[in-house]
Amino acid sequence: MSSAALATSASRESRWTDGSMDGVVRRRYRAERRFRYIGFAAVALSALFLAFLLVTMAWRGLSGFTATEAAVTIDFPRSDLLLDPAALRGPQSQEAIARAQFEGVLSQAAAQQFGAGAEELFGGGGLRSLGRQLVDDPDLLSKRATLWLPVASRVDVAAKGEGTADNERLVEMLEQRDSLRRALNLNFLTASDATDATAAGVWGALKGSFLTIVVTMILAFPIGVLAALYLEEFAPRNRWTDAIEVSINNLAAVPSIIFGLLGLAVFLNVMHLPRSAPLVGGLTLALMTMPVIVIAGRNAITSVPPSIRDAALGVGASKMQVVFHHVLPLALPGILTGTIIGMARALGETAPLLMIGMRAFIATPPGGIADPATALPVQIFLWSDEVDRGFVEKTSAAIIVLLIFMLMMNGLAIYMRNRFERRW
Amino acid sequence: MTLTFALAAIIFVAAAAFWVARQRAAALRAHGRLHSLPVYHGLHAALWAAVPALILLAAWAPVQTRLVDSVVMATPEGQALPADAMQRSTILQEAREIGSGQREVGFYPESATLAPHFGAAEARYSIIGGLLAISLALLGAVLAVRRTATAFRARTAVERWMMGLLTAASLIAILTTLGILLSLMFESLRFFSMVPPADFLFGTHWSPQTAIRADQAGSSGAFGSIPLFWGTVFIGAIIAMIVAIPLGLMSAIFLTQYAHQRVRAWMKPLLEILAGVPTVVYGYFAALTVAPMVRDLGIAIGITNSSSESALAAGLVMGIMIIPFVSSMADDSIAAVPQAMRDGSLAMGATTSETIRKVILPAALPGVVGGILLAVSRAIGETMIVVMAAGLAANLTANPFASVTTVTTQIVQLLTGDQEFDSAKTLAAFALGLVLFIITLVLNLIALTFVRRYREAYE
Repeated sequence: MSSAALATSASRESRWTDGSMDGVVRRRYRAERRFRYIGFAAVALSALFLAFLLVTMAWRGLSGFTATEAAVTIDFPRSDLLLDPAALRGPQSQEAIARAQFEGVLSQAAAQQFGAGAEELFGGGGLRSLGRQLVDDPDLLSKRATLWLPVASRVDVAAKGEGTADNERLVEMLEQRDSLRRALNLNFLTASDATDATAAGVWGALKGSFLTIVVTMILAFPIGVLAALYLEEFAPRNRWTDAIEVSINNLAAVPSIIFGLLGLAVFLNVMHLPRSAPLVGGLTLALMTMPVIVIAGRNAITSVPPSIRDAALGVGASKMQVVFHHVLPLALPGILTGTIIGMARALGETAPLLMIGMRAFIATPPGGIADPATALPVQIFLWSDEVDRGFVEKTSAAIIVLLIFMLMMNGLAIYMRNRFERRW
Repeated sequence: MTLTFALAAIIFVAAAAFWVARQRAAALRAHGRLHSLPVYHGLHAALWAAVPALILLAAWAPVQTRLVDSVVMATPEGQALPADAMQRSTILQEAREIGSGQREVGFYPESATLAPHFGAAEARYSIIGGLLAISLALLGAVLAVRRTATAFRARTAVERWMMGLLTAASLIAILTTLGILLSLMFESLRFFSMVPPADFLFGTHWSPQTAIRADQAGSSGAFGSIPLFWGTVFIGAIIAMIVAIPLGLMSAIFLTQYAHQRVRAWMKPLLEILAGVPTVVYGYFAALTVAPMVRDLGIAIGITNSSSESALAAGLVMGIMIIPFVSSMADDSIAAVPQAMRDGSLAMGATTSETIRKVILPAALPGVVGGILLAVSRAIGETMIVVMAAGLAANLTANPFASVTTVTTQIVQLLTGDQEFDSAKTLAAFALGLVLFIITLVLNLIALTFVRRYREAYE
């Protein structure tokens, strides 16, 4: 009997108990861990890419917010500068500055002090800065003064360590005489585009972007919300509604450059709206952003529970009152979140604006939505094409400005989603 | 100027109509029970004042252009214009822009003589249009205000207006789609009247510059778009997807299945930031940082003709840009797989990774494939990265270190030159745009059907 029991127990000694399965299980657990590590590596790699991108841009761009300045002594009474101090005090000071011939005075002074080869030490940025300092203090004109002025772009690049040999020598000489310093370049935030890298700034582009986004917002938000309300609350199920739905879903995925072609063909060539204007840019981007707002709006509207509609209908509200007094206010935080994300995307959009001609060199900030303008992303693209090395750090600095705006908008959207969106 | 004034006047009339009608309705309360609240009477009057006048103002713009053109053409200077239709329309366009102050001088001397006529005619007709619109606003306001009465169903009327507005808003989507299709088709047809469609679609030689000269207009093969589409597919659908699909999919799996709640709460917004970075930034990053690295790598492994505008650099960065897109689409699909399937697999003794690979992924596959198709559609339509980092030479090569060009790069190139608008070169951009639109449309439709079917299967 005991032998029979032994025999059965021996036959039960299967691959589950004799240890041969341990290897299999161990292998499966190893595969499990491996899979998990691969997943972690994928996430880590994506995050690393983001970090690398941001760090590269910040590292290259931060020097764009500084300018190299050189001290130059100008003997104004003896220079051949024809400028009346009284003109600088009056309302026409800007015109007087524009008429004055600073170039000769500056290059003379620089050559006198630093020897031949320094004639072109100062560029457009230096001229502007000199003009501003003279307006601030017209008394300078009657004396010999030492002024700190931003140097020309190629010297600036050399001072930051990437210039040509003769510029490097010039920088070395200036440094030995203690007439070179680094200063914060606030001009970058207040000036517009310029041919000289040291004089260029982002203000004009920022203003153009702002005007464009305002036009986009005014058009896309109401239309998007109304269309979302119609599709969710009123639309009968028929072929028309299906066509609208399909075209909205498709428009949200159409390449942005196609919208640029549409803007070029319709707004410029058929309707003859002004070229390079924020008005046309805003119209084009509104067509692009509207489907995004509709889709976000529909999601927010469906998440409002039906009981709220039933309750409002039950106390005698009309269908329209239900929608506008109850559903819309409850769905609004969700709609706004989607709108902000859509606006952020429109703010960073470049290709459609290139198509409608917002790529011209524009040195004055636009005064209204019909003036020629450029936008910040387009400005970045234009600067990235410049041959002058000085524009490299300007491009990165402009990217920092753009990224700060994008992060602020996206952050606001995430905050709103967490703060206001209700789980029913 | 006149337009701004007319708009302001219409808004003022509407506001006044609102106020008057509301006051009248409120006063009527003494005489009996109102059907609608006074505010609805006000809205009714305001809508009648504003909407027809605004529609008239919008419809007047094209009419005005026609009228002004015919007036200018009737002047002696207009009669003296050259008979060639293309040249004439260019001169008219210049004169119009000078007349409205958009530019200082024109290319043609005739435009300067015509400009004052344009200025005068524009001013006259815009005043006429503005006056018409304002009187329509007044008429609408008066008629609507007169209808204020206790029994008048102002709310129903306002709601009918609102319904019309809602419908009109949703029709804009269809109008946009139609507008894209029609404008692209119209310009493409003009292009195909100059270049045979077969040459465009199946030609393998692309060099649009050669067709500028009139005697070369018939040179066939200059507009062969195959190399462009190959470059687009190579960068957007092959290299970018090799980067984006594994990274995006594995990120989604890790974040949904393995990651701690806190890690997920941090990593998801981080990936969303990656999606929010403007494409021009990616393009600059690709051109300035990645492209030199890739070129050096190519030279290091012995590819001597390694280009600094390589397909690999553009494709890699585009892949990085697409990662969050693939990841969020996969995330949605995986989250939609019923918990019971997962629990069943785990209860049978499968490990988590086996459950994911053998149960969840096959179940989520249609959604994932739909997401990937949308990602491809986005990658081939992406413009700035390839404009800044990919080349201009139309090569038909599979070497990732060589330079290829894409459809979107060429559209930007063709349209940002100083060509006149009617040349084959600029029209080619619209033909490329049309093909690109059709391709992305088909990809989107397939992808959306996939995703919708999939969602319905588990709901």
